[in-house]
Amino acid sequence: MNAPAPALWRKIDPAVATAFGCTILLLFLGSLYSSSFLSPEYLLQQLKVASFLGVIATGMMLVILLGQIDLSVPWVVAVGGMMSTAATGWGPTGEALAIPFGVACGICLGFANGFGVAYLRLPSMIVTLGVNAVAQGLMVVHTGGFSPQDSSSDAMRFIATGHTLLGIPNALIVWALVGGATVFLLSRTTFGRAIYGIGNRERAAYLSGVKTQRVVLFTFAIAGGLSAFGGILLAGYASKAAQAMGDAYLLPSIAAVVLGGASILGGRGSYIGTIAGVILITLLQSILSVIQMEEAGRQVIYGAVIIAMLLLYGREKVAR
Amino acid sequence: MSDWRYRLGEHRGTLLAFAFFVLMFVIYASNHPVGFTANVVQTAANKGALLALVAMAQTFVVLTAGIDLSVGMVFVLTNCLASSIVIGSPAMVALGVVGVLLTGLVCGAINGAIVIYGRLQPIVTTIATGAIYFGIALVLRPVPGGDVDGTLSDALTGRVFGVIPTSLIALAAVVLVIWVPYRRSAIGRAAYAVGSSEVAAYMSGVPVRRAKFLAYVASGLVASIGGLFLTFITASGEASAANGGSYTLYSIAAVVLGGVSLFGGSGSAIGAIFGALMFRTIGDLLFVFDLDPLWQPLFQGLVLLAAVCLGSVRLFQIRNRLDLFE
Repeated sequence: MNAPAPALWRKIDPAVATAFGCTILLLFLGSLYSSSFLSPEYLLQQLKVASFLGVIATGMMLVILLGQIDLSVPWVVAVGGMMSTAATGWGPTGEALAIPFGVACGICLGFANGFGVAYLRLPSMIVTLGVNAVAQGLMVVHTGGFSPQDSSSDAMRFIATGHTLLGIPNALIVWALVGGATVFLLSRTTFGRAIYGIGNRERAAYLSGVKTQRVVLFTFAIAGGLSAFGGILLAGYASKAAQAMGDAYLLPSIAAVVLGGASILGGRGSYIGTIAGVILITLLQSILSVIQMEEAGRQVIYGAVIIAMLLLYGREKVAR
Repeated sequence: MSDWRYRLGEHRGTLLAFAFFVLMFVIYASNHPVGFTANVVQTAANKGALLALVAMAQTFVVLTAGIDLSVGMVFVLTNCLASSIVIGSPAMVALGVVGVLLTGLVCGAINGAIVIYGRLQPIVTTIATGAIYFGIALVLRPVPGGDVDGTLSDALTGRVFGVIPTSLIALAAVVLVIWVPYRRSAIGRAAYAVGSSEVAAYMSGVPVRRAKFLAYVASGLVASIGGLFLTFITASGEASAANGGSYTLYSIAAVVLGGVSLFGGSGSAIGAIFGALMFRTIGDLLFVFDLDPLWQPLFQGLVLLAAVCLGSVRLFQIRNRLDLFE
């Protein structure tokens, strides 16, 4: 009778359980400080803020599953935000195409990353660093040379700040759609299985007939598109795009994926873990700022929490 | 006698970095409006030495196939610390310098302990410890300011005999005192062995853990020398996240340009130093060619990307497609 229970228990990843447990612990500690931490408005607001990081971390997770890393996030996010607002300034057609245009720019940069990693066989850490520098250069020329419009379109504001049914923020719905598509991609398509395969051992995946280079190329392209889409959401949320808007998203997105139990070496990790990591990090940042912790203390606690949590469950097995 | 080919192969990255740097610097100096004067060299050397020290710090860890993303933050932290304690009577200055170097040592040791004994991945660990170090730097210097001993800073950022920049001599001294003994010691060789293949190194009885730990400690120490040097140049301390982040990223770029493999086990700190000097010269080249400053970041990015792509030349030597997927 109770056979399914142990099976279900075994399916729960200890990392995901710990991350969700810590989230609940944080909320509990917060509620001791002020009961407003448990109000539905606060929680929905946090989920809305989390969805920006969530979309960006989704792309980061796909790349990390390959065993690579994407350090081009800061400026690809900025490219997404700035190009979509610039498109908004080109009249009604531009305004209608603002969101797809921004995403397309991100996908192009993602293709550049993927080409360097998959076909030129360069370490992803340095290729994405280079693409990040190029994206920064392009945006500096773009803002300085053409003084484009930097306020976002109505559609961008709608998906980032609006509410539709039952007061659920649209951004959260967007994140849910992105997340659902990612779960489908990872678990129900050959492409997704190939990502896990490459992350475990690219050689073996190649010998099994997977077109590994193409998979890596497209995964980086998807990640670039998602980063840019995150930038579009951020631009919609703040009503305008700015140059350094993506800087605060690189480290949290990596931390969220890793706190969610994914291995930075690739091949291991689940989307539910990334969700847990994103919510945990957003909540941690929010609570630290609500209790008016100084920036210095916030940084120290932030770093210490990541290390402590990883020491709890992220340790590698003793090899040999 | 016939091992010259092997030796050349071993130092190819370093030699290439050196050749490229000399080429770029000659182009830079010969096009400089003022010309090739001691002042031009001194300014370039002071700027270059900073990145060279941070890149050298990064090299220690990269050689063991790790990565230290906190190196820029250690640099910033020690800068903030040095701007408060390296001042006063000569004894206090000396004590302050020792304190700054010890801080760097401790930062490196914390990284090493977490990576090796905590068995966490270096990327994530050093991102997190970097945040902690930056937080401490903010505590020390909430607003930019501070001061440093004037005599010492003038001595270390000026010129000897009116021509040779002291910063280059200081850099050479760091190489001679730290890098050369390290490279020749058993533990330095062990670090190379660990970077080439950790399993093989372990099987051969190499002290894997000690070698990796020492690499992180050395990285922290050299980064703190960099922080100290920054204080001598700017005579103030600033806890700037942007500064720390860009030094970390540039150090990786410099290391790669200097022919150090990010997969570990090959390259040298001397190559990384020339990589750093080359990277700095790229930025300065735009200035002498009177390029619109607006285009400077784009140009710098493209040059970086192009230089990195040179690393894929090895693809032409691959005989078996499977070798692509090491």
